[in-house]
Amino acid sequence: MQRALVAAVVVAVATGVVGTLMVLRGMAFLGDALAHGVLPGIAAALLIGIPSVVGALAGAAVMMGGVTAVTRRTRLSSDVAIGLLFVGMLALGVVIISRSADFAGSLTDILFGEVLGVSWPQIAWQAGVAVAVVALAWALRRPLLLMAMDPDQARVAGYRVGLLEAVLLGMIAITVVASFIVVGALLVFGMLLAPAGAAALITRRIGSMMIVAAGVGVLSAYVGLLLSWYLDLAAGAMVVLTATVIFFVVLVAQELLAWRRPHPEHAS
Amino acid sequence: MTPLVECRALAVGYGGRAVVRDIDLSLDPGTWLAVIGTNGSGKSTFLKTLAGLIAPVQGAVRVAGAPPAERAAVVSYLSQSHEQGFLLPIRSRDVVRMGRWPARGLMGRLRSDDEQMVDRAMDALGIRDLADEPLGTLSGGQCQRVHLAQATCRNAQLMLLDEPTSGLDAASQERYLALMDSERARGAVIVSATHDVREARRADVVLVVAGRVVACGPPGQALTAQVLAEAFGVVIADPDGPVVIDPHHGHGHHHGPGAPHVHGHVPGHDHHGHEH
Repeated sequence: MQRALVAAVVVAVATGVVGTLMVLRGMAFLGDALAHGVLPGIAAALLIGIPSVVGALAGAAVMMGGVTAVTRRTRLSSDVAIGLLFVGMLALGVVIISRSADFAGSLTDILFGEVLGVSWPQIAWQAGVAVAVVALAWALRRPLLLMAMDPDQARVAGYRVGLLEAVLLGMIAITVVASFIVVGALLVFGMLLAPAGAAALITRRIGSMMIVAAGVGVLSAYVGLLLSWYLDLAAGAMVVLTATVIFFVVLVAQELLAWRRPHPEHAS
Repeated sequence: MTPLVECRALAVGYGGRAVVRDIDLSLDPGTWLAVIGTNGSGKSTFLKTLAGLIAPVQGAVRVAGAPPAERAAVVSYLSQSHEQGFLLPIRSRDVVRMGRWPARGLMGRLRSDDEQMVDRAMDALGIRDLADEPLGTLSGGQCQRVHLAQATCRNAQLMLLDEPTSGLDAASQERYLALMDSERARGAVIVSATHDVREARRADVVLVVAGRVVACGPPGQALTAQVLAEAFGVVIADPDGPVVIDPHHGHGHHHGPGAPHVHGHVPGHDHHGHEH
């Protein structure tokens, strides 16, 4: 339980920061697809006996490459490419896992997380990823924000947008890979999206949005795990559910406040 | 004086296909060039080429003696549409401050003179009182002025403004024209794309495009009734000079059929109806 809490908190920091960048850049759907793209990679890694993290990274790379290739080569928009690869990779993962009866239990772990079985070396790797993405987000905050506002502006300002885009995708991929152990490949998307979304509702600056997102993520991890422990519910799912509930509570609270106060725009 | 911008037999377009050919001009510091034409006439394509965002199809373009893509340091660019994430949490002043980032690199803090430039640009456009407002709560015209302020506080040698007056009310358009004067006075070259003849008349040089160069020269020579008829369609006479009636100007105006949009001298005309 202690390890699970540490792991969940570490992962919440990384997903809060990367989720903020993802929401700003309008890449939510791609993040979701990536989370599913890692599945066949992990399954194949289990099958041939290499570390699952290596397989997950390979799966994420295939997913990214596939989306880029389909978008560039065809006139289909990226959501078609993402949607297609998204279900394709998920199906492939399930097919690989079904190849061996031994993995029936692993399927649930991969899809929904095995936070209570997380080991200290895994936590160390997650912490490394969290530190790396926070450092990158800090160092590249200006070009990343300009790019979120308008990629052409970033280009004219002299930043290499193609490279930045690749770095951002890499940050999302590695965060997904580091997080799936805690909340599972299907649910990691919720940790990327819900805290960042809740933070976007109540902050006025990008920096505070990241901090609040990480905070909401940590709170969700803590509350979710405690609830799952005492009520004997699925751990990863409870964490994501808590984050989602926080988002909606913030949304409703904000609507109520706006309804009670006259809106400043109407005053002028 | 060495020209800041030089175009020689320049053809601009996408994927090797030219939208406008045979652009020949050179712009000295302190010059305002207005590029005028209908939607799809190649105005934005020309500006993007000057910004180094797309490569020329043919011919040569030089900004301060080098290809535009190598001259990011001296260029500011206001794009036509301002993409915004659905809930980008950012204050107006922070958007304007982004204009000073290229001067300070990845990590460098903005200095007090940077902040003064931000203040000046916001004052010039009358948006100082909106500084703490989140960008998402602003009207279209206010938002446009925030982006204009960002492009201005760059203090660039070459300012590329794609439809800068879109959404601006009469008072804001006057502020914009005053700003253009002060920017020219400090030696900046301004290239603005517009479909507003009245705005173009205030420039030093006008380039009229309609899939090709229809005319290029001082406003008095370039903005004749004949040229405008060729570029826009119908033109009516007016004491201030010819005015355009543009039948194929599709910007979502709420005019009934048979009431085409009149560009030119209508005071206080609000293009998009966003301004308070």
